[in-house]
Amino acid sequence: MRLLVTGAVVLVLCAGMLAASVGLEYGVPAFSDMDDYFIQHGQEQTGGNNIVTDIVFDFRGFDTLGEATVLFTAVLGIGLAFRKRKEDEEYDYE
Amino acid sequence: MLYDLPFLAAALLMVIGIATMLLRRNLIKVVMGLSLVEAGVNLLLVALGYRGGGIAPIFTNAPQDLMVLPTVQAMTLTNIVIGIATTALMLSFVMVIYRRYGTADADAVRRLRG
Amino acid sequence: MTMSKIVRTAAGWLFPFILVFGFYIVMHGHLTPGGGFQGGAVIATGFVLLIVAGSYGDISRRITKASLSGGETLGLLLFIVTAITGLALGGTFFANWLADGGLIFGNPVLFGANPGDLNTAGVIPIMNLAVGVEVLGALSVIVLYMLSGIAEEGA
Repeated sequence: MRLLVTGAVVLVLCAGMLAASVGLEYGVPAFSDMDDYFIQHGQEQTGGNNIVTDIVFDFRGFDTLGEATVLFTAVLGIGLAFRKRKEDEEYDYE
Repeated sequence: MLYDLPFLAAALLMVIGIATMLLRRNLIKVVMGLSLVEAGVNLLLVALGYRGGGIAPIFTNAPQDLMVLPTVQAMTLTNIVIGIATTALMLSFVMVIYRRYGTADADAVRRLRG
Repeated sequence: MTMSKIVRTAAGWLFPFILVFGFYIVMHGHLTPGGGFQGGAVIATGFVLLIVAGSYGDISRRITKASLSGGETLGLLLFIVTAITGLALGGTFFANWLADGGLIFGNPVLFGANPGDLNTAGVIPIMNLAVGVEVLGALSVIVLYMLSGIAEEGA
């Protein structure tokens, strides 16, 4: 039963992704206005030669701020998961 | 058809990852399936931004002017770091679950305990 | 669980080179492929090499979790403070007020291919350094926490 449902889901996904990838043409992006602007004006506006770094740290700095916050929160969660428990705490590992 | 090979590879990676997540009961293999889906998404993003014959969008000693799209590469960088963070968090939860229940089987840890 | 003496010595010899290469990637992030995340990950692999080669009790005395997560917090704080200086001096949050200013990292860059000048790009190298320190602390402390969980289990 479980195998049947999973097989159906995988088949539907396969068909959908194949249908979606047939319409795309590799090597010819559909929209490139914003990226052309970044390539043309990134150097004079930020001074960096590496356009990817310019986008990560200047044009889309808020993305990087959120990303750094996610990394910080993940480390916080890992620290909570592995913290030392006191002896008199409620549940113990069997 | 063969020219669209990167998209097909990305779709194949994502399908394999989703099938792994649905079929496997070992929690570590479920996390591995999620990592496969992430890899597929990264490949799809980079392949979407490729421009035929273009070079990496870096002007230091660049040989020509045609460059691939840089925004999708920046998004892929973000995705990689967030993927590392979530994978590490899930693996440490699996370690805590294994220590608590003695097994990493998803069916065995389903029942609630007081 | 500890590795042989050959592995430990080789790890100790390799570590400074990995450190230098990682900081090279971090500081040249605005000129060559690389940046804060990639360089931080490279330096973190150096720390992970030390951690894997030695025993946990030996390593956790030399590299403490508090110093690594302190470095991570410092990197995030430096990143946010740099963004806020853009708000104060440049008008908007994340404004690149150092670019083309003639100060540190302030040389102007013209459009087109050029050999590259380290002294450009304004606040981007500072943010690269901040994010590099943060990623290095975060990835190393993740491995150290997981190893502490294993060590607690085994011993």
